[in-house]
Amino acid sequence: MKSAILVFPGINRERDMARALQLASGSEPAMVWHADTELPKGTDLVVVPGGFSYGDYLRCGAIAARAPVMDAVRKFAGDGGLVLGVCNGFQILCESGLLPGVLMRNARLKFICHDVHLRVERSDTPFTRGYNAGQVIRVPVAHGEGNYEADEETLQRLEGDGRVLYRYCSASGEVSDAHNINGAAASIAGIVSERGNVLGMMPHPENHVEAIMGCTDGRGLFAGLVEHLAKAA
Amino acid sequence: MKARVTVTLKTGILDPQGKAIEGALKSLGVAGIASVRQGKVFDIELAGADPAQAEAALKDAADKLLANTVIENYNIEVRS
Repeated sequence: MKSAILVFPGINRERDMARALQLASGSEPAMVWHADTELPKGTDLVVVPGGFSYGDYLRCGAIAARAPVMDAVRKFAGDGGLVLGVCNGFQILCESGLLPGVLMRNARLKFICHDVHLRVERSDTPFTRGYNAGQVIRVPVAHGEGNYEADEETLQRLEGDGRVLYRYCSASGEVSDAHNINGAAASIAGIVSERGNVLGMMPHPENHVEAIMGCTDGRGLFAGLVEHLAKAA
Repeated sequence: MKARVTVTLKTGILDPQGKAIEGALKSLGVAGIASVRQGKVFDIELAGADPAQAEAALKDAADKLLANTVIENYNIEVRS
């Protein structure tokens, strides 16, 4: 799996992401600067990592979404290429129009930084095939603006087309307001694009991939991508 | 030429920051506040002198960057 990680000023999770991808795929990801206009040849997966691109000025992800490299990412996604955006990466994908909706301030205004449980809604996608449908995984979140919102029609479409892949839940998989950490519509933690090749999610699976991290629940996402691409090749 | 672009949240979009400000005003004892919605103001200086061109450039700026039209409305005010 040849992956490319986008690097914007203010991003700070790119090396965590590189480590997780290296672990899962055995090959070193390329780091792609925001001013570049092309992705490395043969790229299988583009990752937009977390952090605080451009200091979160204006709106989270707004400025990064207009960077030159994003035109190349739009083209790559348009051709069916796999794109994964985590945390700030999710915000950037929404701002760039690759995913619908927007990530607003957390409903209770606080920056949330702790482990959460996620329910994997289906397992038949490149981004979830490393898990079972209904499985509960534990991964960290670290965000102040993760409250996913979209208009009613978009939300209905997301639900109807099975495009919600990850939802905040309890340790036993119960989805309710009590476990909806940031007030997101329908407890949404991660969604895919209409074609299913672009995933945005607020939690950080890349931070739960090694025993030393205390949990390896995030591995399934990366292992699933490697498996998907191996099968497609 | 100068202009002001005001960006506000659309009606019905939850505004946790506005709510917090509203709560703070109430706890300060400021009387008569029914509700607060917060937004952004951009004061922009324009290079040209043609108001129609300025208006068009500002609309472009607001659509492309200043506002996220999924959740926000904007208002352009050109002051000669």
